[in-house]
Amino acid sequence: MTIVIKGGSVVGANGVEKVDVLVDNDVIVKVGSNLAGDVSLDATGCHVFPGFVDLHAHLREPGREDTETIETASRAGAKGGYTALIAMPNTNPAHDSVTVIEFVREQARKAGLLDVFPSGCITMGRLGEALAPLAELSAAGVRIFTDDGSGVQDPVLMGRAMQYAKTLGVTMAQHCEVSALTQGAVMNECGCSSDMGVPGWPAVAEEMMVQRDIEMSRLTGASVHFLHLSTARSVDLVRAAKSEGLNVTAEVTPHHLSLTQELLKSFDPIYKVNPPLRSMDDIQALKAGLLDGTIDAVATDHAPHARRDKELSLDQAPPGMIGLETALGVVLSAVDLDPVQIAAVMSRNPARIAQITESHGRNIGVGDIANLCVVDLDAMWQVNPAKLASKSKNTPFVGRQLRGIVRSTMYRGQITVQDGEAQK
Amino acid sequence: MKHLRSISELGAEGLSRILKLTESMAEINTRAVPKVPALRGKTVVSLFFEDSTRTRLSFETAAKRLSAETMNFSVSTSSVNKGESLRDTIETITDMGVDAFVVRHKSVGVPWQISQWTNASIVNAGDGAHQHPTQALVDCFTVREALGKQDLSGLNLTIVGDIKHSRVARSNIHAFSMLGANITLVAPPTLLPLNIEHWPVKVSNDLDAVLASTDVLYMLRLQSERMAQGLVPSLHEYSTRYGLDEKRVAALQSSAVVMHPGPMNRGVEMLIDPSDIPNSLIHRQVTNGVSVRMAVLFDLLSVEELS
Repeated sequence: MTIVIKGGSVVGANGVEKVDVLVDNDVIVKVGSNLAGDVSLDATGCHVFPGFVDLHAHLREPGREDTETIETASRAGAKGGYTALIAMPNTNPAHDSVTVIEFVREQARKAGLLDVFPSGCITMGRLGEALAPLAELSAAGVRIFTDDGSGVQDPVLMGRAMQYAKTLGVTMAQHCEVSALTQGAVMNECGCSSDMGVPGWPAVAEEMMVQRDIEMSRLTGASVHFLHLSTARSVDLVRAAKSEGLNVTAEVTPHHLSLTQELLKSFDPIYKVNPPLRSMDDIQALKAGLLDGTIDAVATDHAPHARRDKELSLDQAPPGMIGLETALGVVLSAVDLDPVQIAAVMSRNPARIAQITESHGRNIGVGDIANLCVVDLDAMWQVNPAKLASKSKNTPFVGRQLRGIVRSTMYRGQITVQDGEAQK
Repeated sequence: MKHLRSISELGAEGLSRILKLTESMAEINTRAVPKVPALRGKTVVSLFFEDSTRTRLSFETAAKRLSAETMNFSVSTSSVNKGESLRDTIETITDMGVDAFVVRHKSVGVPWQISQWTNASIVNAGDGAHQHPTQALVDCFTVREALGKQDLSGLNLTIVGDIKHSRVARSNIHAFSMLGANITLVAPPTLLPLNIEHWPVKVSNDLDAVLASTDVLYMLRLQSERMAQGLVPSLHEYSTRYGLDEKRVAALQSSAVVMHPGPMNRGVEMLIDPSDIPNSLIHRQVTNGVSVRMAVLFDLLSVEELS
């Protein structure tokens, strides 16, 4: 069976072109004008992008299937235009064995809505004490390693992990947080945290680890990816490291581009995230970093939590918010990106960092695997929590006007989302 | 007024209203039978997740003197110990029919979270290091009573100690600045919050330098755990530099008054026996605590004028 995506503006290698895309089974077989197929997918007035790639999603399975499963996260991802997710390792058990990695892949295959690439732990149980079997996990296909949720505190251990990473050709992704500086912290350290009498999470706790790992990358030559950057100074550090030619990359979340620390004044744990929401100055620096290429990718840090957990007090509630279904809308409402930039930060750069460019982040050419999404960049919409595919509803974006909506998603030639509705 | 969760929520007008009402309550408390039927049929629940002596007892006394029913919730014997969530606890008690919750919790913001889950009024009796509004009302009332004037413009209030972790300081800074006082915070740098340029205060690390110009000296409790956290090098160093002793009391103006919200940490911030301080208001603070809390409960729950 062939499917033709008709009437859209394709964001390909040569910029944006108004052409049709013909897909046969799971492969793009023709790109050109006036194509016909067995089935037609209308993309009039829309842009056709390579399927989005999320470097940072918490799928909660195994361990907290009450909050999300690989299937529900896959569906949420498909609705957000994603065809690939990098699964974070802080499940229970954690991604520190080939068994768990295989389990995650198998659950994703069963769901069949997008590709899930499990990250591996840097340390056993993410405890920061002993290295996980990096070579074994790498041999099983893991390309990105992280203890996300915790930064690796011990510089000796991190140095060793980077020595391994260099020889294995994999990337170390760091959650930058010097935890001794963030004990009990619930929000950015700022005037608001002092007004509220809560311990603050100082910017320097992130920046010290960014700087440390830049130095470690210089020392070992390993490639380092900085997860969810949140401060202006972190952006400066990464910019300087890149201008030196060091092997570093970085991501930013939609919420760190759009929400500020003042929201915590409501005492609503929905706004509690790690790293915390920061100041307007930080937001401006993050936007500038995304626009000038210092920050390579937008990553959701999709973090589902049960309602009962988010109803705990601000100090007790777990950090995190969901993001897969709102990422594009939040980013486009916050930052003025052109279609080529959108393709870069949502698909091509994250695919490169995750080393999955064989099937993702492509230029939409003949012979490519058909991982695509169709987006109306000008459509305005509002989040309806009842319609979210994610099992958890902890989003702060309900009621906000968002710009840019995913109309359809195609995963390996199958239409997973059409007119905004999940197809299975 | 529906809730009393912070001084800023109360506002300047509310502050004046409650302080005025407190005068009437203080009069009731001088009667042979200090009890009026004003809140008959109303139910007030004390929900203390943290230890308390004076706040809890003064709220309960206040409710009883206004003829309200009181319900007492003790965390140690409740279903909270069986893992019942805060929301379920609040909804369960609400189902029994209550008019006000008096809440103390170690976590900042709990009084705001609770108000989503009940129609009852919420009185914040202390949330973490954030707010303790009735203490600030007590302190404002006590100072006005002692000085015999309503307007505190030009009054120099000096608050000494662990400002960073003090809900009393945060509430008093709001309340006294609304009444026109000049406020100076005195603490070692590690016990001052960061980024407080927007607070209506002056900051000093030198207690001796500000004593002579102080009208009201407000001593805060230093919890010994601050030592364990390394926020002060030693209790000895702290009490030498920031403790109130005979010499410092002597350095105050003769008209200056001394306050402490209790419980006192004798030998740490209080090196002198409070009974040896000529102008101590510490006992007046406790006494006025009942009148202030009567005024607050009345303001929240009464549908009629006070007779």
